[in-house]
Amino acid sequence: MTKSIILVGVGGQGTITTSSILARGLIAGGKDVKMSEIHGMSQRGGTVVTQVKYGEKVYSPIIGEGEADLIVSFEKVEALRALPYLKEGGTVVTDIREIFPMPVLTGAAAYPGDAIEQMQKSVPNVIVVRAAELAQQLGNVKAQNIVLLGALVKQLGLMEIDWRSIIRDSFPEKLVDLNLKAFEAGTSME
Amino acid sequence: MSKQIMSGNEAVARGCYEAGVHFAAAYPGTPSTEILENIGGLYKEEIYSEWAPNEKVAAEAALGASIGGMRAICTFKHVGMNVAADPIFTAGYCGVNAGLVYVTADDPACHSSQNEQDNRLYAPHAKLAMVEPSDSQECKDFIKKAYEISEQFDIPVLFRMTTRVCHSKSVVELGERSEVPVKKYERRPEKYSMLPVNARKRHVIREALLQDLEEYAYTSELNRVEKVEGTDTGVITSGISYQYVKDVFGDSVSVLKMGLTHPLSRRLLQEFASGYKHLIVVEEGEPYLENALKILGFTNVTGKDKLTIQGEFNTRVVRDSLLGKQEVFSYQVEGVQAPPRPPVLCAGCPHRGFYYALSRQSDKFVSSGDIGCYALAVNPPLNGFDTCICMGAGFSSLVGLSRALKAQGDTRKAIGELGDSTFFHSGLTSLIDIVASQTNAVAVILDNSITAMTGHQENPGTVRNLMGYESPAISIEALVRALGIDDDHLRIFDPIDQEAAKEALEAAYQAEGPFVIITKRPCALIKEVARANAGKHVQIDPDKCVGCKQCMKVACPSLAFDSEAKKAYVADTANCNQCGLCLQQCKFGAIGKAGE
Repeated sequence: MTKSIILVGVGGQGTITTSSILARGLIAGGKDVKMSEIHGMSQRGGTVVTQVKYGEKVYSPIIGEGEADLIVSFEKVEALRALPYLKEGGTVVTDIREIFPMPVLTGAAAYPGDAIEQMQKSVPNVIVVRAAELAQQLGNVKAQNIVLLGALVKQLGLMEIDWRSIIRDSFPEKLVDLNLKAFEAGTSME
Repeated sequence: MSKQIMSGNEAVARGCYEAGVHFAAAYPGTPSTEILENIGGLYKEEIYSEWAPNEKVAAEAALGASIGGMRAICTFKHVGMNVAADPIFTAGYCGVNAGLVYVTADDPACHSSQNEQDNRLYAPHAKLAMVEPSDSQECKDFIKKAYEISEQFDIPVLFRMTTRVCHSKSVVELGERSEVPVKKYERRPEKYSMLPVNARKRHVIREALLQDLEEYAYTSELNRVEKVEGTDTGVITSGISYQYVKDVFGDSVSVLKMGLTHPLSRRLLQEFASGYKHLIVVEEGEPYLENALKILGFTNVTGKDKLTIQGEFNTRVVRDSLLGKQEVFSYQVEGVQAPPRPPVLCAGCPHRGFYYALSRQSDKFVSSGDIGCYALAVNPPLNGFDTCICMGAGFSSLVGLSRALKAQGDTRKAIGELGDSTFFHSGLTSLIDIVASQTNAVAVILDNSITAMTGHQENPGTVRNLMGYESPAISIEALVRALGIDDDHLRIFDPIDQEAAKEALEAAYQAEGPFVIITKRPCALIKEVARANAGKHVQIDPDKCVGCKQCMKVACPSLAFDSEAKKAYVADTANCNQCGLCLQQCKFGAIGKAGE
């Protein structure tokens, strides 16, 4: 059975890096993997979406609406935006971090601060994490993505893969320790 | 050999390495850019690679390498192939010495483009062979095959990818490089000098070779029949669409997966199609395969009557179109909506400075934009320009536009903007026309010292090249002055400096004849620039802020307005680089520097 995961965030949050590490780990775990990303114009402060599918044999690299087993959101309202992709009974893991888009900054649109609470009313499986906050406590908010990676692999029951060595191979020496701690933090969240 | 997860673009680069390619040239363009980036970064010992000023130059450079005896590659995005079309059509007659592959990366759905053109149609038109991969492994394997075809049939190969093939990652098994020696160059004017007398003969040879290639296509492993017993449905597909077909139909229908799509083996199509009561052609874009089937006389064909010509497919589009629309499950969340998050000019972007200054004098100008990050300035509140067509048009269009405005008594002056890389691409020849025609217009070169939108590629104006070596950094100012633009008709300044920008635009409006503005400030995201500004940001003193929102007008993503407190504040100190544009707006001295 193919599993479909959507990672969403804002340009610069590290969603693409996370997806790449996830994909490398899944291959090490013997899965067929496809990953899809869109970059170019959409990167400049816009929404960034990456998609990862894995299983015995994966054909299409794209996940359609109502097809995702898991949505991992690096930003509060991006979870809401990606919700149409969630399948019935699927899970949302979302950071509570807020990043205001330009229309909100200029006052042309409102930012729904209660997006998660509203989502929880109709979506049964919404897991809220404070990944950015945890990463900040570990010394660098940029490690938010690896905290979320930890939360994600725990959620998917993929702990048997040797993520630590994948992370070691994915970062320069001086960032390895931070990211290992971030991963640890992600997997040990309730 | 080891297995790696690679994007299609990375796999093409790897395929070039393994195929013994010696020469690579391109102009950056999403979704093709990473092919050359990977060649330049990973394989520079084996392959010479360069960012050419534009696609035509790149295509000619690669053709020269091929004629000279090196296996060569040239890549472009779909619209880039339009720029390169001139040499490519004639290269179709010349053929090759060593193998020559042109990669076109099409962009159905316009993820990062101005149109959705289907470049498969170029292959029959320019008389090229065409190969279409469906995933990263095929990108690597088919590239190697493409060089064999190119040399065996003396023909350039069009390697056709789409965004989802370029940017999707899947598992690739790596191989070794085969060293292909550089072939001896020989003078052969009858083959490579396309004067009419030779071209007529080459055309005959080309048609004959295409027939031979069609014979080859009948048995080529690039085309594959996945035969299922007991079904009355046969699907014909190619490229990424194959993946959706497999998701929708699994092993319930027979599939003809085409990898060598020009020339199409009519015998293969005929034999496959004759075996089924229902034929379905699944292809994004134009009905290329479908038309071929219909010309063969098949009428039991489902294709563009059900599957859209616009946008891109996915599994659901293919399923809904062919098997009937299914209800999609969706969780409904009441009462909240995600606010739109359009891409914006970054905090500290130099382009914001120029376009903000222009917006303050918008009544004096009719503005024409171009392709690059600065295209984002079209959005409110900057409303930076009215038109954006293609590389260079920001300048060339002024020649006609200014005359049309004058003819209707419109006193506004035509102004066009493009970046440093776009200037080298085709803005220079456009500016030559503005000067030669003595057009009364303003040409603005927004020089941020990099090709930014496609992800920071070097260009002829930068101090390094694709392979990381020093390069001469051609001076835009010297080029402009060489065209005869004098001091009275030229302004060069930092676009964040609003005094300078205001003066320049006023002078430009008053001046007669061609006027050039060069804004100089490096992109905020260039590593060295970001490092130099690390930690710097502005802060707003809430006691001094009167809530006038003047600073918000520059549309910087680092600034926010608290509508309850009625005060502006710095929402994102990490990305603010203290460019100082907002600081110049505040009459109350509320904005100050911090974090130095």
